Amino acid sequence: MVALPAPAAQRSAPADVIAPALIFVALAAVPLVASVGAQTYVLDLVSRIMIFAIAAVALDVLIGYGGLISFGHAAFVGLGAYAVGILSAHGFGDALIALPVALAASALFALATGAVCLRTHGVYFIMITLAFSQMMFFTAASLAPYGGDDGLTVRARSTIAGFALMRDALSFYYIVFACLLATYLLCRALLGSRFGRVFCGGRENPIRMASIGYDVFRYQLVAYVIAGAIGGLSGFLLANAVEFVSPAYMSWQRSGELVIMVLLGGMGTLYGAVMGAAAFVLAEEWLSGLTEHWKMIFGPLLVLVVLFARGGLVGLAARLVRSKA
Amino acid sequence: MSEPVLRIEALCKHFGGLLVTDSVTLAINPGELHAVIGPNGAGKTTLINQISGLIRPDAGRIELGGRDVTALPTHARAALGVARSFQITSVLPRFSALQNVALAVQARSGSSFRFFGRADHERALNEEAEAVLAEVGLGARAHVPALALSHGEKRVLELAIALAMRPKLLLLDEPMAGIGRDETERLIAVLRALKGRFPVLLVEHDMTAVFALADRISVLIYGRILASGAPDVVRADPAVIAAYLGDEME
Amino acid sequence: MPITLLIVQILNGLQLGVILFLIAAGLTLVFGVMNFVNLAHGVQYMLGAYLAVMFYGLTENFAAALVLALAMALLLGLALEFAVFRHLYDRDHLDQVIATLGVILFVNQGVKFLWGAAPLSLPIPDILSGSVVLMPGLLYPVWRLVVILAGLLVAALLFILVAYTRVGMLVRAGATNAPMVSALGVNIRRLFMIVFGFGTMLAGFAGVMVAPILSVEPGMGDSILILAFVVIVIGGIGSIRGAFLGALLIGLVDTLGRSFSVDLLRLVLDPSAARTVGPALASMLIYLLMALVLFIRPAGLFPAQGR
Repeated sequence: MVALPAPAAQRSAPADVIAPALIFVALAAVPLVASVGAQTYVLDLVSRIMIFAIAAVALDVLIGYGGLISFGHAAFVGLGAYAVGILSAHGFGDALIALPVALAASALFALATGAVCLRTHGVYFIMITLAFSQMMFFTAASLAPYGGDDGLTVRARSTIAGFALMRDALSFYYIVFACLLATYLLCRALLGSRFGRVFCGGRENPIRMASIGYDVFRYQLVAYVIAGAIGGLSGFLLANAVEFVSPAYMSWQRSGELVIMVLLGGMGTLYGAVMGAAAFVLAEEWLSGLTEHWKMIFGPLLVLVVLFARGGLVGLAARLVRSKA
Repeated sequence: MSEPVLRIEALCKHFGGLLVTDSVTLAINPGELHAVIGPNGAGKTTLINQISGLIRPDAGRIELGGRDVTALPTHARAALGVARSFQITSVLPRFSALQNVALAVQARSGSSFRFFGRADHERALNEEAEAVLAEVGLGARAHVPALALSHGEKRVLELAIALAMRPKLLLLDEPMAGIGRDETERLIAVLRALKGRFPVLLVEHDMTAVFALADRISVLIYGRILASGAPDVVRADPAVIAAYLGDEME
Repeated sequence: MPITLLIVQILNGLQLGVILFLIAAGLTLVFGVMNFVNLAHGVQYMLGAYLAVMFYGLTENFAAALVLALAMALLLGLALEFAVFRHLYDRDHLDQVIATLGVILFVNQGVKFLWGAAPLSLPIPDILSGSVVLMPGLLYPVWRLVVILAGLLVAALLFILVAYTRVGMLVRAGATNAPMVSALGVNIRRLFMIVFGFGTMLAGFAGVMVAPILSVEPGMGDSILILAFVVIVIGGIGSIRGAFLGALLIGLVDTLGRSFSVDLLRLVLDPSAARTVGPALASMLIYLLMALVLFIRPAGLFPAQGR
């Protein structure tokens, strides 16, 4: 069992402030740096990275800090996306309706499934979350009025209070950026709060926490619901970005991809999840350009990362910094 | 004579075919330090686990301050004031000593469903936690991660966490386990200073500590209480000497 | 609802159950004995099917194809074990899941690379093709009956092996407490290999059996893997008995649910609502069942490690 350093919320090393600051500054600067010709492509790509990063950051809270290895996170993303798609199909294209519905739907699903999943531990938890994700996939695929297996096109990006603020690639980019920043800051605050301390303690030693007087299950459920709602936000933005919703958004493979992003970046750091999302999407973009069979390269790469680079990108960077010092 | 803080009646527990707790009846009075001694495998830790709620008894009753808690989960009993230390050190390894204790203080200081405001900076919690750590002699080690503490320091931290709960009943499961002579002396001194503040159920093998601290002693052999009473009485009881104390007194 | 339709669907449910058992048995043993979550177990099933198609193409003989496919599936499985899996036994479950996910990606794509993405099929051997009359008005494909019988036979063999042989006893002990078995001097690595190899062959065998009736395509292992997970979660990890009962339960519930959900819902809803909600509800059925079981028994119905 690899011992991980203390969760970032319990540390206060300068790296934990500088690294995320750099990341967010870099993200904010992307539109300014991207060349005119490729700008839309770059903006779309990085928007997509940030959208997955939102879901991945929430997942890192569960996995990296709570020790809750959820393989069902894609279900929340998918629910948020379908909220947009279904409402749009019925003529409700404004974010003021779609976003609360997306958040509520994912939060409720998280509450219902979390109440069952969190009673299990270890591998059972992994499998039951994975199964719920797949359940949502099949449910969405059987919704014939909403495209079923083929998915559903979203008529247009959501308006915000009537204003078409998301139609333009640049303004959409900054809206997504703001959401990611808000998500990051929210999760940071959450983890450092009283609630966060209990939640992290529940991972460290649940029996000890119970013996002090904490009903760890309740704290885990609340965290699960919050993470689910954030997943719904990610889905809301995803549906708007791609203007299409598909049952595949909820599949267990997508859930696995989110876990990979968290692991790739470095669990238990929050900003690692952002880096992991970037690494994953960029690797996919680059490798798929090389060959249609890029998964034959990506698969073994994953195995190698697990075997040799357990701390993810953050871990690698930390080792580099240490060896230079 | 006031109401016992803890009353156990006819507690029974089987593990498969093995009877680990055999109709145990026990009462602990306010301010009393009650030691439970017995050979390994006698069921002492199982008894503590049943009192703290980690294990459900098969039969019998557990009453805390007159209230039936037999079906109550561990965290609810802790909220009622049952604090315990574990035989095998059970702390939050990657949290500092201060954080470990502060969490115990936090549990009785209002709601922990607060999502904003850095808990580590809450002065009230930290001050109380620091005071408890000073009381047990860990003041200088407050900011050390628990896993970096020595074994003896961890045992003391266990005690500190329990004390920080301002318990109505303190369950100590072999607090002296595995620590050296000097640290044992220090721990005995700490426990002696605590005596009278709240009732303590002390499970221990170290007879020096037991006879230095206990107001009453119960002897547990194969899950049954063989004898219970004042230390001198128990010490002289021939059945107890035969079954357990015999050579221990040398 | 004609009784013949009900019987056909029950038989279909049994057939699915038996296939699920073959896959779940290997999965639950590997997890129970080796504490190894093998997401890549589904590719063993897929490889069995693909290898059967390939060898049939070479030999034009089903029996030969079966034997060769099983042999090669075993070899490939052991190769994977040697190259990847054995480095993961000491790692935590997250590592195991991600690494085996990587293996799935590699093998699914590899299969696409070698055989293309179009679904393949395997013809049923002549003497076993066609349907048989079970009851007046009830025709059922012979091959599906063969699958059911073969599966039950393997299940029986497995039970005997596990309950009455020395290796079986070691496996049961290992599923209850592997470190203890190792401490008692048993060559745990060899035991692991036997368990793993056996599980691989069971999955491969299932793949060969379904190749004539399902489309053999990349990713066919993934969806059945999830079902297998539901089976072992319900049945209890490490328990073959649990896997057997769980598999039959899931097979029947899923098949009957899908066939009759719309009809049953028509009793309470109007036809068009029933037709919309029915399939959705049917897909959710086994997951709801899993949730129910885990709510009551968080460690499954017959966990090997006791409650």
